[in-house]
Amino acid sequence: MIDGKIRFGVVVFPGSNCDHDAYYVCKKLLGQDAVFLWHKDADLKEADVVILPGGFSYGDYLRCGAIARFSPVMREVIRFAEQGGPVIGICNGFQILLEAGLLPGVMLRNASLRFVCKYVHLRVENARTFATNQCTPGELLRIPVAHGDGNYFADADTLARLEARGQIVFRYCDAAGTCSAEANPNGSVANIAGIVNETGNVLGMMPHPERASDPLLGYVDGRKVFSSILTHVLSRAQREALRDGNHVLVGQGRS
Amino acid sequence: MYRAKIHIILRPSILDPQGKAVAHAVSTLGIAGVQGVRMGKYIEVSYDGVSEAEARKATEEMCKKLLANPVMEDYRFELETVQ
Repeated sequence: MIDGKIRFGVVVFPGSNCDHDAYYVCKKLLGQDAVFLWHKDADLKEADVVILPGGFSYGDYLRCGAIARFSPVMREVIRFAEQGGPVIGICNGFQILLEAGLLPGVMLRNASLRFVCKYVHLRVENARTFATNQCTPGELLRIPVAHGDGNYFADADTLARLEARGQIVFRYCDAAGTCSAEANPNGSVANIAGIVNETGNVLGMMPHPERASDPLLGYVDGRKVFSSILTHVLSRAQREALRDGNHVLVGQGRS
Repeated sequence: MYRAKIHIILRPSILDPQGKAVAHAVSTLGIAGVQGVRMGKYIEVSYDGVSEAEARKATEEMCKKLLANPVMEDYRFELETVQ
């Protein structure tokens, strides 16, 4: 954090294509600091948050996210996550988090076998996470998806654990908020669109909040994900400052 | 020199929509008696300057850590000697 601004680190793999969108939202729309983190760098440049953006890292060779997981930068991301640092993976970023073992489960081919690119409705199932604290429980968000492998799967035991611990953050639903099979764009088990890890600091989601953040693009619901992260990091910094006896309130007056 | 012939296939508990689509195409071809189709991957890895045991161990490790995702895939391989 510098001058009350938080720093978003956006990882760039060969084949990432939503990195600039995420950077734009953090820097231009939220007015925060943002840096790109090259996949060969073993340094997170003091980022407060790491974003694994969408795209087709390494051409989706072998399995989506399987190769990206072994990038030098991912060793640092895993270390950062293990220390409690907030990490969000969007679309291909979600797939990478699954392959890296930071989140449970796998992504299968869409049940339709087609690439799906459209707006969907999401129901916020857990509004207490670092990326949803600006949402209300059960709130509906309109955010686009764009993927060929977004069919989330986890075995029954894993699924029961995710449910019991409130780790399911977003589900696909219809405009009325019903999680039906018709509203499921890819066949994901239990209409899962996004999950968080047990410790609550690593979140993966298939839909693209960065594509629904600028009013110019029509929808701004995705911005809540980024403003939630901002709120989370600022309030954490404030708590740490108070605990350390430094009474300068970091980020005061910001939202 | 050795060559590992690695087969990776979705675990039986995982739905295989690709396999299903192929099975459907097979039936429209008019070929009868097909009970099911499962799709997988086939990978060859060549070794030089290592023993058979080392090649086997290396193949096992790369299958576990990279080539297959144990949550959804099973693997098996044969090791053959090449000249």
